[in-house]
Amino acid sequence: MTKDDHLKKLAMSGRLSRRDFVAYASALGIGAAASTSMFVGAAKAAPVRGGDVRIGHAHGSTTDSLDPGTWENDFTIELSFAANNFLTEIAADGSLVGELAESWEASDDAMQWTFVLRKDVTFHNGKTVTAADVVASFNHHRGEGSESAAGPIVSPITDIQADGDNVVVFTLNGGNADFPFLVSDYHIPIKPAEDEGIDWQSGVGCGPYVMESWEPGVSARFKRHEGYWKTDRAWFDTIEYTAVVDAAARGNALVTGEVHVISRPDLKTVELLARRPGIDIEETSGTAHYGFPMRVDAAPFDNNDVREALKWAIDREELVQKILKGRGFAGNDHPISPANRYHATEEELPQRTYDPDKAKFHLKQAGMENLSVNLQIADAAFAGAVNAAELYREQAAAAGIDLVVVREPDDGYWSNIWNVQPFTGTYWGGRPTEDWMFTTTHDKNAEWNETAFKDDTFQSLLEQARSELDEPKRREMYVEMQRILSTQGGSLIPMFNNYVWAKTENLKHEEQMAANWDLDGHKWQERWWLEG
Amino acid sequence: MNKLVTLVAQRLALGCLTLFIVSLIIFLGVEALPGDLAQAILGQAATEDSLAAMRERLGLNLPPHTRYLQWLGGIVQGDFGTSLANNREITELIGVRLANTLFLALVAAAISVPIALILGVLAALYRNTWYDRGVNVFTLSAISAPEFFVAYILILFLSVKMQGWFPALSLPSLSNVRWEDGFFDRLHAVLLPALTLTLVVVAHMMRMTRASIINLLASPYIEMANLKGLSRGRIILHHALPNAWAPIINVIVLNLAYLIVGVVIVEVVFVYPGLGKLIVDAVRTRDIPVVQACSLIFAATYILLNLTADILAIVTNPRLLHPR
Repeated sequence: MTKDDHLKKLAMSGRLSRRDFVAYASALGIGAAASTSMFVGAAKAAPVRGGDVRIGHAHGSTTDSLDPGTWENDFTIELSFAANNFLTEIAADGSLVGELAESWEASDDAMQWTFVLRKDVTFHNGKTVTAADVVASFNHHRGEGSESAAGPIVSPITDIQADGDNVVVFTLNGGNADFPFLVSDYHIPIKPAEDEGIDWQSGVGCGPYVMESWEPGVSARFKRHEGYWKTDRAWFDTIEYTAVVDAAARGNALVTGEVHVISRPDLKTVELLARRPGIDIEETSGTAHYGFPMRVDAAPFDNNDVREALKWAIDREELVQKILKGRGFAGNDHPISPANRYHATEEELPQRTYDPDKAKFHLKQAGMENLSVNLQIADAAFAGAVNAAELYREQAAAAGIDLVVVREPDDGYWSNIWNVQPFTGTYWGGRPTEDWMFTTTHDKNAEWNETAFKDDTFQSLLEQARSELDEPKRREMYVEMQRILSTQGGSLIPMFNNYVWAKTENLKHEEQMAANWDLDGHKWQERWWLEG
Repeated sequence: MNKLVTLVAQRLALGCLTLFIVSLIIFLGVEALPGDLAQAILGQAATEDSLAAMRERLGLNLPPHTRYLQWLGGIVQGDFGTSLANNREITELIGVRLANTLFLALVAAAISVPIALILGVLAALYRNTWYDRGVNVFTLSAISAPEFFVAYILILFLSVKMQGWFPALSLPSLSNVRWEDGFFDRLHAVLLPALTLTLVVVAHMMRMTRASIINLLASPYIEMANLKGLSRGRIILHHALPNAWAPIINVIVLNLAYLIVGVVIVEVVFVYPGLGKLIVDAVRTRDIPVVQACSLIFAATYILLNLTADILAIVTNPRLLHPR
């Protein structure tokens, strides 16, 4: 086999990324035109219809419900994307495309949004999707006494009106240029309207798969929705989701071929798993991150020099290597990742490094020789949180900071410790837009303002940027906000974790995958296919 | 015989009292844990408004004694109520899980009890030989290793390696049972967890069988049988064993109870949808009605099985069956 045959084979089999391929190809002197066509040939390994696919999920609990307002774990999010469609969809390249909405437009002040719906989309029960269904589906999360987790997303909506069968008009209490992104949220599927509300109890939606059975915390079975309007999607005949909460059991299930893909493989042993023939480990870098929020209204964290000292005293690279096993990247104390549109570049906001001397300097500025603080943490905060805290303690000791790691019970962690105690651990799945992320965690009125951060400049920038439709101006504002958070905020965000999963070789997908959530944005069900 | 009926009636009445006390203790225990159902379900996503709305709907803002009495009132009328977490009927929620748990326990018992008895009798028969020592060492090692370790070893050999050797014989490491599948498919699915449980419980039963038979071997009537020139096998099976049943039955029944209530770890490793996982999930979310229902079932299992053990002990012992 000649070298370029071998190269071609690698490209065809998908074991070479496009970038590597082009690099090798130019090294071998293959013309650009030839090499590109070779790669296109590989990428065109067209999806095939059929097959029964099975997935082992890290999440899933007996308390899961079909009510969209309660969805919070990966299992329910995935069921949501399998059974339902939404107004908009985040595409594999991170851009926003219409799903049930064919088009949309904003009024000049971005306060009124008009969505035009696709015609002839049907629910699993044969009913056509109309504007009335959309209105009812949003109203499910609104109103007095709503328990919905989507409350913060729908609360700015002051009015929703159906205009005929195919047009829906939203009125907001303030301008929001990102509103079409918000309606792609997994909590707000379009469900059939029924009486006063929606019919969520039957599990009927208008998505790619029809729910056949679901035993909460155990497994769910879906079959293809034959009338699905996207003809180039939803390749599998059936999907079976099994909740396999134990990481070792998940690995076993993949190795013995009982499932085709598992979410969240144990990072400590993932390299061993990768050595087995026929198994691929894959990852995407998205917006998910781990952090140690400091509440800026509590001593000693009310002093920015103390916060600076703590930020310089953490070795981000070591945490990425040891806690994430290299499957992630260092954070810069703000929740915006390179996967977002307006991420501040290295020139705009240099990456913070590990510098015990600077930490000591800031301690001195704060008038302290040494500092002793409690970090209250549990593994509920994120996988490996306690280990990460222990590492941090060792790193901070070099700067004369005595970090006391207080281990809290997992039970009740999110109610009694996080967002209550001054220094804790947290994780965020991240949000596809800057406004959404900042509004969730750093708006002065946000319930989840975990750092109790209230800054007037930041707040006014947040409100201005939200309704700003001019891109360069908007970018400038968001970069400034990232700078404020990084240098003055209470968020200590040392690392962004990649989404990692393991799958068998015969489960295929396009080269580009969405990074907004795990598993191709939880859309693998309609984007991937089984070969052979 | 009359005495037996009285005994059963007495024990059942006491059992009901025990169940009541158990339910009270469990309720107080779950109440004492930090956090409540609304916080557990909404998790990080909880806001003050959504918490208040959910508590209002579920009646979590009522004082504890009111909630307990409401629940007790329902139980007395045979109404287990609905799960607070997802609004499903508890009888429906528990029904399938209980059936799964009982199925696994039965398969495990069907394998382990005969093996334990045979190994035990043989060990008594060939006392202090290499066979006796070998069996003791093996079963005691199996019981000393933690359950998940035994489970992973079995998965490694019977599931992963076997796939390379004899794919047809390889056992699934995910024990997904479905009641619409045939009996043999279900049996195939639960074989690995059942074997794991067998390894865990055999030692106890086998050693009790061996010990109680050996105990009897020193009694005068066995000596008499020996002097008559009977074979060792006949002495042990026909003379010693009938008198050794009582302690053996007690140990077997205790182990059966364990197979029903104590298999959470095995359920987790093999992803088996039994009652153990349900109760763990329910405790984590403070779903009190489900916890209560599960613990009542567990307590009732112990009470009923103990009662069975006592009745069997009486029935197999003529002196107890016909007291003077």
